[in-house]
Amino acid sequence: MASVAFSKVTKSFGEFKAVSDVSFDIGDGEFVCLLGPSGCGKTTSLRMIAGLETPTSGQVMIGGEDVTHFHPKDRNIAMVFQDYALYPHMNLADNIAYPLKVRGEAVSKRHARAKEVADVLKIGHLLDRLPSQISGGQQQRTSLARALVYPAQVYLFDEPLSNLDAKLRLEARGFLNHLQRDMGMTAVYVTHDQAEAMALATRIAVMDQGRIVQYASPIEIYRRPATTFVANFVGNPPMNLVEVEATKDDGKLQLKADSLTIAALPMTDAIGTALAAGSKLTLGIRPEHLDVAGAGAPNTITAPLFANENMGPESLVTIDRGEGARVTARIFTDDHIALGETVTLGFAADHVHLFDSAGKRIPGING
Amino acid sequence: MKFPALFSRIAFSTLAALIGAAFALPLLWFLFAPFNARAELGLAIPDPFTLSNFNTVFGNGFAMQALWNSLIQAVGGVILVGAAATLAAYALSRSSIPGKGAVTYILLLFSSVVSGSAAMVPIFLIISAAGLMDTHLAVILTFAGGLLPTAMFILRDFIDSIPKSYEESAMVAGASPVQAFFDVALPVIRPGIVVIVVWSFVNIWGSFLIPFILLRSSANMPAAVAIYSFYSEAGTPVVTLLAAYSLIYSLPVVALYLFVSWRFGFRFFGGIKA
Repeated sequence: MASVAFSKVTKSFGEFKAVSDVSFDIGDGEFVCLLGPSGCGKTTSLRMIAGLETPTSGQVMIGGEDVTHFHPKDRNIAMVFQDYALYPHMNLADNIAYPLKVRGEAVSKRHARAKEVADVLKIGHLLDRLPSQISGGQQQRTSLARALVYPAQVYLFDEPLSNLDAKLRLEARGFLNHLQRDMGMTAVYVTHDQAEAMALATRIAVMDQGRIVQYASPIEIYRRPATTFVANFVGNPPMNLVEVEATKDDGKLQLKADSLTIAALPMTDAIGTALAAGSKLTLGIRPEHLDVAGAGAPNTITAPLFANENMGPESLVTIDRGEGARVTARIFTDDHIALGETVTLGFAADHVHLFDSAGKRIPGING
Repeated sequence: MKFPALFSRIAFSTLAALIGAAFALPLLWFLFAPFNARAELGLAIPDPFTLSNFNTVFGNGFAMQALWNSLIQAVGGVILVGAAATLAAYALSRSSIPGKGAVTYILLLFSSVVSGSAAMVPIFLIISAAGLMDTHLAVILTFAGGLLPTAMFILRDFIDSIPKSYEESAMVAGASPVQAFFDVALPVIRPGIVVIVVWSFVNIWGSFLIPFILLRSSANMPAAVAIYSFYSEAGTPVVTLLAAYSLIYSLPVVALYLFVSWRFGFRFFGGIKA
């Protein structure tokens, strides 16, 4: 196992900057998720760690060694591909044992090792099958087995679960989490699924337009998203964002928006700085921090009901503030909630997030 | 079924059967005439059924040598075209050479000239100047030059459709580019190579003009040219021998098709989840 580091890495494809000036460190034994929408540069970053792309500028380090211009084979890494990339002409045993074959291991030894790994992944009975003769979930586990068959310095995952159906994905996710606990491997995992990132990562790097927007632990990213982009990307459903007009009044912060009622917040220096740059702030509240409000609640949003979805243990109540600005509440009840035409959702002041006019988090509002 | 629909179905089937028969007749002649000692250009069922035509052909040393020559030239050409087209198409598909598309199209354009009759004189002069006149190599090289661009074009298209992640996963697993090519890429593109092999074999095996011009001695002539020897001095064909020899001449091509469809006719995919 080894650490990984990017130092001012830029990758351009012609005019397009897929990754621009990215630096980060991944500690030995860390499981880092690169999270972001498609085209944000996360896969390109992963491919630069693998050596399948060469940075336009900057350095890639593995285990403290500058590997920027190393061939993939000289990096001692393992990678699971999104499309699995199983060799269609080899049976599973040969597929899994291929990395050992190129390392010059004897046939008997490498097949024994392949069997060992395959048994752990519950595909040991399929070793003489061809990839086309097994199911999608089994193919996924075969590609995982091929990555685990030899001790690599870093394990790379390129959206390995995105081709599985929902149930298999949950199962595989749990297994990967268990594997990480078991092996303590250094892993870099690319995904656009925030739930996967939250469940697996020790740290998440949220990427947008070739840059890292926030690099922190899952809890930190959930509790203190650095920008409205992160707030809107992490969480299921994502954080509700309401544009508000802010004014300073009597040493307190007053927030105004259609359908919103909120008690004045205490002023801080950070808010003062943000207000100096612009009075249009964004108020963020997570769906799980909203509830149907009783009369006289201090902080509320009132709007016509848009949808009321009962999910079993919880209900998703969505109200429509007009022009597509919707607010969703996640209400934990296993009963169907009876609601009128218009719904008032309430929230506590200590669950409020505030972002400045550029979308950056204003620190110190809550945590 | 309504009456007009039924009527049109019958009319269509009849028409199709007639057209089919028109195409089947020459093939039937081709199957019957070799076994008929008195075969003529008309279609007749052999009576008696005899192998005497074949006896005569097998006794003809020139004709047998010609089949062997055809094999040398076709196999030589196929190996050259197959190997060169595979390597070139792989490079054109996987590397990021600027203008690689234009290169392929220009080559493709010229290829129809190279093996076509328009280029016969320059080809003759080049081969002559190279001192390769009347050699198998002359025929093999000329065909390779003519067939390569199209072969490259077909193969490049085929390789383009194969995900790069096959080789990438091999290289990440520790394989060198050469190992990744032979262990992973080559087996995956084999169905495409087989198409090229069959196509170029059939092309060279059936070609008359190029060997006719580039070869002098009867010892080097391929079968397509040797068929010419089954004409009398006056230029009338010796139909019995011609028929028997033609059947023998077509067998390797038929055999190749059968072998390929038995051995490679299936396509294996499934390692890539789309």
